Amino acid sequence: MKITVCIGSSCHIKGSRQVVERLKEIIAEKNLDDKVELAGTFCMGKCQQGVCVTAGDKFYSVSPESVDEFFKENILPEL
Amino acid sequence: MRKFDTKVQYLKYKVLREVARQAWNDTLLDNLLDIPKIIVPGKTPTMRCCVYKERAILSERVKLAMGGDESNSNVIEVIETACDECPMGGYEVTNSCRGCLAHRCEDVCKRGAITFDHQHVAHIDKSKCVNCGACAKVCPYTAIVDRKRPCENACKIKAIHMNEDKAAAIDNDKCIACGACVYQCPFGAISDKSFILDVIDIIKKSDNNRNYKVFAVVAPAISSQFTYAKLGQVIAGLKELGFYTVIEAALGADMVAYSESRELAEKGFLTSSCCPAFVSYIEKSVPELLPYVSHNLSPMGTISKYIKEHDAPCKVVFIGPCTAKKAEVQRDSVKPYVDAAMTFEELQALFDSRDLDITTLHEDVLDNASYFGRIFARSGGLSDAVAQGLKEQGIEFDLKPCACDGIEACRVALLKKSKNLLDANFIEGMACTGGCIGGAGCLTHGEKNKAGVDKYGKEAYEKTISDAISVLE
Repeated sequence: MKITVCIGSSCHIKGSRQVVERLKEIIAEKNLDDKVELAGTFCMGKCQQGVCVTAGDKFYSVSPESVDEFFKENILPEL
Repeated sequence: MRKFDTKVQYLKYKVLREVARQAWNDTLLDNLLDIPKIIVPGKTPTMRCCVYKERAILSERVKLAMGGDESNSNVIEVIETACDECPMGGYEVTNSCRGCLAHRCEDVCKRGAITFDHQHVAHIDKSKCVNCGACAKVCPYTAIVDRKRPCENACKIKAIHMNEDKAAAIDNDKCIACGACVYQCPFGAISDKSFILDVIDIIKKSDNNRNYKVFAVVAPAISSQFTYAKLGQVIAGLKELGFYTVIEAALGADMVAYSESRELAEKGFLTSSCCPAFVSYIEKSVPELLPYVSHNLSPMGTISKYIKEHDAPCKVVFIGPCTAKKAEVQRDSVKPYVDAAMTFEELQALFDSRDLDITTLHEDVLDNASYFGRIFARSGGLSDAVAQGLKEQGIEFDLKPCACDGIEACRVALLKKSKNLLDANFIEGMACTGGCIGGAGCLTHGEKNKAGVDKYGKEAYEKTISDAISVLE
């Protein structure tokens, strides 16, 4: 499962760094390094819906506060 | 009506704008020969002896706007027809000399080069004069002047001189493409080549970023430019032109600060490699010091490489204050990562070639780098960033930086180093005085505001280098 987080300017100031950091923490906590690949990209073109995240081929709008919930509801069930 | 510092700048802009306009409409080849007449219609000359000379020079400018002389490897070219062949000859007595009794000029001249005619007016014997300037200093009428060519005066490394035809000629073996002469020539007879046609072609062929994405990498010096609008509007304007997204070169600078500080601690002595004119100077004039130059790509190269490795297929266009960057992107080590380089001057022409008034646009955002990446734009910034890089990585190293402001200061520091007399272990070399904000490709060349760069730096979302680069896993 590949999770891509947008690190373009608009998402950056909406907290994409914090989203990436929290995702890294969760993946380490749950020992999912071999199952989940984390990547970054410069702008997905949906700046109004920051922070933009894609997982597999689905698009999600995530915030630093909602990372845990996003992971629990959308990533864990797929693994 | 756009305001320009000089008429030369305005003229260059008009040519670029017209060439770009035709290129967007695919009519450039048809209307090429008519462009000089479009810019100078009518019969009254406003710049030169006649409109025909004005148009002849404009044809040369159009050629430069289209990439210039391919057989000349330099990105800076002299337009010989535009060169006024300014007189030079060192010190001369003007007709302000009143033939006084005191003759202070004669007294102070150690070479006996001053004589007087039957009207007691002073004359300098050029075979004896060594251009020391003492006579000029003591004349109470300031009647003795130093005749210098602005281009030769601007070039601190003596890469431009007068040829047999009395026109200016650039010595490509010495020229570092810094653009100082370009900015100074009062006749606009020296110019950088433009690659905006490449940029327009890249944007067109992307088919609205469907075939590949076109990234704009923008130098932090942009904070001092386009002051009639907000920076966010410039970013929006870039997207209107057809760029997919805009990324700060300063993020590449953050990456460079980190690896440069590591490299410095390892090697004990290093010079920066972010200023292409500085690196070119070492290559051409002090090659024995080449081993000391950092192995890092410049911030432009570093971030462009990252983009190419992560967001392919894509094209990367660099936009900055610098003419030397145009030479840098032609290097084999940089060519794979950056597809074209343009200046802020050219960007203004591009906006206007599409009749794009950026003041009517919404404000977009540009924020990828930290304060430390952004301050690379001013002299002393890189040294501060390297100090920070050492600190953040917990590296124990007694940093003794030498921030060289302008190519003359660089020359002196490098000379000292070659004689082992330099009391520093890091040379920050900036060919333009003030740093990049003093670059020749800037729209405005007014009082350069270093404090403005710091202010822009503080507006960055990220406050440390490691925060800024942590997302680039």
